[in-house]
Amino acid sequence: MKHLSVRTSRFTTGLLLLSSLLGTAAHAAPAAPANVTLLNVSYDPTRELYQSENASFSSYWKKKTGQTVTINQSHGGSGKQARAVIDGLEADVVTLALAYDIDAIADSKLLPETWQQRLPQNSTPYTSTIVFVVRKGNPKGIKNWDDLVKPGISVITPNPKTSGGARWNYLAAWGYKQQQTKSPEQAKSFVKALFKNVPVLDTGARGSTLTFTQRGLGDVLIAWENEAHLILKEFGADKYEIVAPPVSILAEPPVAVVDKNVDKHGTRKVAEAYLTYLYTPEAQEIIARNAYRPRSAVAFKKYAASFPSIKLFTLKEFFGTWRQAQKTHFSDGGTFDQIYTP
Amino acid sequence: MNMTLFKGKQRKILPGFGLSMGYTVFYLSAIVLVPLSTIVISAFGMNPETFFGAISSPRVLASYKLSISTAFFASLFDAVAGFLTAWTLVRYRFPGRKILDALVDLPFALPTAVAGICFATLYSPIGWLGQFLAKVNIELINKPSGIVIALIFIGFPFVVRTVQPVIAELEPEIEESAQSLGATRWQTFRKILLPHLFPALLTGITLAFARGIGEYGSVIFIAGNLPLKTEIAPLMIMTKLDQFDYNGASAVAFVLLLISFSMLLLLNGVQRWQQKAYQ
Repeated sequence: MKHLSVRTSRFTTGLLLLSSLLGTAAHAAPAAPANVTLLNVSYDPTRELYQSENASFSSYWKKKTGQTVTINQSHGGSGKQARAVIDGLEADVVTLALAYDIDAIADSKLLPETWQQRLPQNSTPYTSTIVFVVRKGNPKGIKNWDDLVKPGISVITPNPKTSGGARWNYLAAWGYKQQQTKSPEQAKSFVKALFKNVPVLDTGARGSTLTFTQRGLGDVLIAWENEAHLILKEFGADKYEIVAPPVSILAEPPVAVVDKNVDKHGTRKVAEAYLTYLYTPEAQEIIARNAYRPRSAVAFKKYAASFPSIKLFTLKEFFGTWRQAQKTHFSDGGTFDQIYTP
Repeated sequence: MNMTLFKGKQRKILPGFGLSMGYTVFYLSAIVLVPLSTIVISAFGMNPETFFGAISSPRVLASYKLSISTAFFASLFDAVAGFLTAWTLVRYRFPGRKILDALVDLPFALPTAVAGICFATLYSPIGWLGQFLAKVNIELINKPSGIVIALIFIGFPFVVRTVQPVIAELEPEIEESAQSLGATRWQTFRKILLPHLFPALLTGITLAFARGIGEYGSVIFIAGNLPLKTEIAPLMIMTKLDQFDYNGASAVAFVLLLISFSMLLLLNGVQRWQQKAYQ
């Protein structure tokens, strides 16, 4: 009995000690900690862009608030990344290939459905478009979308079901034809003919890049403009060249703060500042340097050489919202499934 | 009366049946049954229309057909190659045998994506082998044949490792006596060796087959992934997940689970029948 009471009192002392420790810890956590970490969940080709942007924002934030911010990046196919966030990956911000993927996150109540109105220009601080990459000298003489459906031309593009970039590719081809003929029917048979020339459907944009460059498959790769520039930089401008079609789509990869997660982490202020920063002149210049089309006219002018003049149509012109485009073209039974059904 | 009493008190060589059985059931549940049951539960939670709609779309059906047929051909190839390898490793002594033996396990240990990249590099039109094949207009990858190549690699150790110990138990004297009694080589193989080896071989083939149906990592690199032509069933699951179609994905997964499980059940049945026939 005595023995027991000794043990109990020791236990109580321990508890007291522990609670006092915890108490000081709680006490020592004021409103703004010295270090803060953000997780930016992004799509495939933005690795290099956000590496530069993150460094730039960190030093800006340090100067402004004295706080050290570390930004972790995660990259992958846009749909996969959105799913990871839905399944519990605690992204503070998402920067994905297309609005539909962020819509899907909004559907699971992690951010409001009106997220795209929260930042200027549809929450897209940069845009891009879809261009062609061909082998040096352009041996097959590919100049325009119509050249892609010629017999004997092998076209590399990823699977629109799994890749955000591939959806832009698909809609760019479709929109080109629809603009030309005013007929969705002809646009559909055009896209069908194009996909007849596709020997491999990789699951992501990077996969297609590797198929085209490392495996030597295909005469032409349909790719993000920024990815095309990266290919020339990484694999040699002596081996590949970029062909800009006269008409293409204005691709708008949006960004958003994930409300549920930033409120949980207490990072709302810095996360919002991070995304707003993307619209500043410094950030816009980094965007242009990485071959994304900046919103700022100044940055665009400075790097105009990277951006050939292409007549760009918007998603809205032919396809409405992303939710509508997804339903018509890429959901099960949509036009993409139809063109493969005999 | 006495008999039953005696039976009840009979002691096992290893004690603690209750404890070890509890342990087994717990482990099986925690590691195998509970995770798999999530798929079964979500499959049954769907309304039948969604479920059958998901698994009977032409693309999904084509992918099942492709996965099953490629896994089948690959496991047959593995049966022959694996048997010969196991035979050589057991019956002959030669320098480097231990290394070869260890190499057999490599497909088990290797991340499957590594295998996929190797094959894609090897057989691509500018790859080591591919450039010569391209000259004679043979293209192996981005076709079902590419999938079979990957699955042969993945399934190979299953056959070798199941057949090997059985060959090791077979005494060469049995073959010798068969031959001294006038049996031809074919007869010796057919009547003496094969009945012994058949159950193990069948196990190996089934395991390779079941593994092949579910293989994803190595296959997607060289399959081509074209709808209705070269999309494997696991890719359909990934595709559906990427479209946020969790239900569809579970439905496709449930059917795969069913196929694998019934394969293993069938194997059990065949083995039992084989044992009976043999005794």
